[in-house]
Amino acid sequence: MQQPNRLSPFFENLNFEREDNTMVINFGPQHPSAHGQLRLMLELDGEQVVKAYPDIGYLHRGIEKMAENMTYNEFLPTTDRLDYIASTSNNYAYALAVEKLIGLEVPRRAQVIRTILLEVNRVISHLFFIATHALDVGAMSVFLYAFREREFGMDLMEDYCGARLTHSAVRIGGVPLDIPDGWMIALRKWCDKVDYELKHTYNALLEENRIWKMRLENVGVISPEDALSWGCTGPMLRGSGIAYDIRKEEPYELYSELDFDIPIADTNDSYGRYRLYMAEIEESTKIIRQLILKYDETEPQLMAHAPQYISAPKEEIMTQNYALMQHFVLVTQGMRPPKGEVYVPTESPKGELGFYIKSEGEPYAYRLKCRAPSFFHTGLLQELLVGSYIADVVTIIGSTNIVFGEVDR
Amino acid sequence: MRKYVPKDSVQAKAYYTDRFHVVPSVPTQDVSRDEIFSKHLEILSSKVEIKSAYIQIGQMRVEINHQDNYRAIEILKNECGYEMMSDMSAVDYLAKDGTFEVFYQLLNLKERKRVRVVCRIEQGLAVESIVPLYKSANFAEREMFDMFGIVANNHPFMKRILMPDDWEGHPLLKSYPLHGDEFASWYEVDKIFGKEARDAIGPENRDPARIDRYDTKRFSRVGREVPFGADISDGEPETPIEYSTTFLVDYNASQTQLEDRK
Repeated sequence: MQQPNRLSPFFENLNFEREDNTMVINFGPQHPSAHGQLRLMLELDGEQVVKAYPDIGYLHRGIEKMAENMTYNEFLPTTDRLDYIASTSNNYAYALAVEKLIGLEVPRRAQVIRTILLEVNRVISHLFFIATHALDVGAMSVFLYAFREREFGMDLMEDYCGARLTHSAVRIGGVPLDIPDGWMIALRKWCDKVDYELKHTYNALLEENRIWKMRLENVGVISPEDALSWGCTGPMLRGSGIAYDIRKEEPYELYSELDFDIPIADTNDSYGRYRLYMAEIEESTKIIRQLILKYDETEPQLMAHAPQYISAPKEEIMTQNYALMQHFVLVTQGMRPPKGEVYVPTESPKGELGFYIKSEGEPYAYRLKCRAPSFFHTGLLQELLVGSYIADVVTIIGSTNIVFGEVDR
Repeated sequence: MRKYVPKDSVQAKAYYTDRFHVVPSVPTQDVSRDEIFSKHLEILSSKVEIKSAYIQIGQMRVEINHQDNYRAIEILKNECGYEMMSDMSAVDYLAKDGTFEVFYQLLNLKERKRVRVVCRIEQGLAVESIVPLYKSANFAEREMFDMFGIVANNHPFMKRILMPDDWEGHPLLKSYPLHGDEFASWYEVDKIFGKEARDAIGPENRDPARIDRYDTKRFSRVGREVPFGADISDGEPETPIEYSTTFLVDYNASQTQLEDRK
């Protein structure tokens, strides 16, 4: 028990001298390394974590509830706010789920553009991971360099859709815009730049860096059994030596036509995961280069033709009466997908991002469940942190790469 | 007359539906169409009762009795190789038939197959926790409890996860309003200022589209337009701005004024 007096005031979140001599401290919710609003209650024995209890919900906005009260097209910009580091992947996962529900074929050019955007977002997100992870561990300069390249990537997204973070760059049934002039050249330059910097800057700064290795190696070890049991996906799963990438195993969009590898790391620790992220950036730029070539072979159609669900192109709406009527009904009432349910998994930069949609044939989804990878990775923290030292807590949180927009939804 | 809103479901409704509108369904396939799924279903049906099973959009959906949920998922995990539970939650059908539909989304990594195990439970009943099988159910079942009030028996830590611990109501129920209920509008006022401050502060505004007359930040009143010259004062008397008529210091003659005061 604390006995507060003038010399030792009462600490409300510190509990000294319990019987078992452990100390309970609050980590967050306003901790700069918590990557958002994560509150961790840590029970410490000396410097070692005995018990960890992640407390989430500080960013809960009820996005699933909102989805039930919005038409399908209205909800799409809201998905930007899930994983706000790579919002196109959320837009895409949602759009794909609705497309699967209504059985829609997306035109080839839209598929190429979508896949490019997804990979650009993956690189942006991975660069962000390396930057913030390094910053958390203490390597300031990597942060500055990686953010520079990420900034160029966001400039590309801005040139395409006008937004830097909340892209909404994918629509149900296709994409809203064609690639602007000169964008592909800039994209290719950016890929070269990222590849170059990856090799000569980040790698040179981190790969064999003694401090970096000491801080990351054998920290946050997740056994393959645990990774499966805790529902780890994406780099967290592949970091434990299980080669399961939804792009490869259950291909969607153009991934079945593309040539890329699935890097894995079998050291199961944070260092392995860091190397995995680096390798994935390389794979992504490889994919983007292939897609740039595919783009020229496509027809200019951008949105699927399905008058029951998707509005016609703008020119048709402005010139043809029937297209205008359809558009009016779709905007005022919203599309009505058939009755049924669908769960569509996609490989977002953080892991398996899936949308479960239950439709009752109404313009509002009866139930929408967003399966966010970070939510399950946060759950893992309560076991992963136990036994590690207080200094490694930040490293482990960093290497799980959680984003609270999608943890709390 | 005030618009009638049913209390058991306050979800947004289509404002117009053609009376000839027929709701189509997503096509389903028989499980026998897929070799691997039918093999798994055979193993499962020999041990637990299957209420219905079909394939929809490439994934098998199996409905079972809610008492069998642990056993069925255990069989799927140990004998059919569904090593990961990607997701679980519930769907609220209370307004329709007084039940919840609880679903478990399982993944077989080796055969790349996904199965959705579904069971119906009545309100007030609990499901058996599957945390001993999949640890990912730990957070997912807590979220289901938080959002729907469905308890998972034998869960190691059955507590709210996203909402505060002392919250009342379960937000994803169809009977829960989008902007929160009476309790929600007083929650922060009571927490921060105490119940006695309710009269002075008033309920929290939880409607993001509400326009405050004295709002100096958001001038756009999209969707709330009123005709030019319309009275928006809500009967409140106009209080004209009064300016002070006396100069404290006349800056043109400040030096002399100050000296006068001395």
